[in-house]
Amino acid sequence: MAQKSSEPTRPDTKRLEFKKQNLDDAYAVPANVLEIDVINPETKGIGKKRYTDYEVRMRTNLPVFKLKESNVRRRYSDFEWLRSELERDSKIIVPPLPGKALKLQLPFRSDDGIFEDEFIEERRQGLESFINKIAGHPLAQNEKCLHMFLQDPIIDKNYVPGKVRNT
Amino acid sequence: MSFFGFGQSAEIEIELDGADKRKQVDVKNEDGKKERLYLYYDGESVTGKVKVNLKNPGKKLEHQGIKIEFIGQIELFYDRGNHHEFTSLVRELARPGELMQNETFDFEFVNVEKPYETYTGANVRLRYFLRVAIVRRLSDISKEMDLAVHTLSTYPEMNTSIKMEVGIEDCLHIEFEYNKSKYHLKDAIVGKIYFLLVRIKIKHMELAIIKRETTGTGPNTYNENETIAKYEIMDGAPVRGESIPIRLFLAGYELTPTFKDVNKKFSVRYFLNLVLVDEEERRYFKQQEIILWRKGEVRKKLLSSEHAMKHYESKPQAQVKEESNHADAEE
Repeated sequence: MAQKSSEPTRPDTKRLEFKKQNLDDAYAVPANVLEIDVINPETKGIGKKRYTDYEVRMRTNLPVFKLKESNVRRRYSDFEWLRSELERDSKIIVPPLPGKALKLQLPFRSDDGIFEDEFIEERRQGLESFINKIAGHPLAQNEKCLHMFLQDPIIDKNYVPGKVRNT
Repeated sequence: MSFFGFGQSAEIEIELDGADKRKQVDVKNEDGKKERLYLYYDGESVTGKVKVNLKNPGKKLEHQGIKIEFIGQIELFYDRGNHHEFTSLVRELARPGELMQNETFDFEFVNVEKPYETYTGANVRLRYFLRVAIVRRLSDISKEMDLAVHTLSTYPEMNTSIKMEVGIEDCLHIEFEYNKSKYHLKDAIVGKIYFLLVRIKIKHMELAIIKRETTGTGPNTYNENETIAKYEIMDGAPVRGESIPIRLFLAGYELTPTFKDVNKKFSVRYFLNLVLVDEEERRYFKQQEIILWRKGEVRKKLLSSEHAMKHYESKPQAQVKEESNHADAEE
């Protein structure tokens, strides 16, 4: 009942008093920018050691990330590594990766198996949605492994797991 | 004795005094069906007549006495057949003897204490009823009639607003405020959300009313949560400094007053759950208990005098203004 007497007393139009938003806040860039693209798949290596990697490009203004913009190349097994690190250390339920496609790796195929363009595109989309889901998660953002995956040029698998900030 | 429909039998009718004028309310019974029951309040007398109609006029009905009981009891659904009576009054209507013809008995329970409100929940039921029994050697003839009871509270003395700053460190900081901590069943929740820091991509925000029924004690406690209402209060992503108004009318939902530890058997509590949903369907929430209470209805006589009070609204009499506010809320 901390209402001024000039305000309507009927509850059906009643409102609590507002602080007015200042214009700088109203027109500022939102503080929640986080965009990650998984693009430019490239197949590298020869023969049995052939693999595809993807460019992971990120743009953000969240202060938790060291770099506002970053660009790294990652292959599917790196995504798998990130997923297992998060599963072990963070308390979040990690979303699944797009399938491993063991069947496509069998020899004597008529097509290119896991190097078929269609398959690569499907996997690229799956990886993109996976990494966006994880990177936006407030608890995952605390994990060192995520920062290394997104921003360090090379993943150091012997790193010391830990938190970026303590919540 | 009535074997295979032979022998004398009777039908019992219970008629309440002033039944035509008494208010009736819908009360859910165990099967979830609604029944219209006569409404009583604490301290009211329960009076009326019991009519015994014989099926075969002319034949006699032997009995070991006729009695009427007023019972208030708590039934726990996981403990069936074990009822906890908190009120039980008996009146003897007739001594052992014989009935030769239809008869009517008056009964009277004066100023009956009815400390709790009628309630039907998921695991528990609190009910009041009248039971007439014609006691016989083999099987009694009996009849039950349920009554509804509402408890009324007066305007709570302490009714401060709920104001809180909550969030996830470095991700989301909000401040919310609800105008009261105790709302009556036809009240409106007026409040606001103020955003201090938004680093997640919020899609929408909703306010839910959750009912939590707790039955049993100690290790045998059963909790039953039910979302009574889901009310969207924001659509789209806010930025720092924005305020979102809340106005949620309670009259549209099926609510009961808050029950606190009734007879050490059960509680029913209500929570406001503020939920923010982000673009990846992650949910951020904060629950806050509110107390619900049943307000006495404004009597017709009083209403005219309260209308008169409105004219004095501009006068700096805090008391009068409080009063007229309430009358408005009821209209």
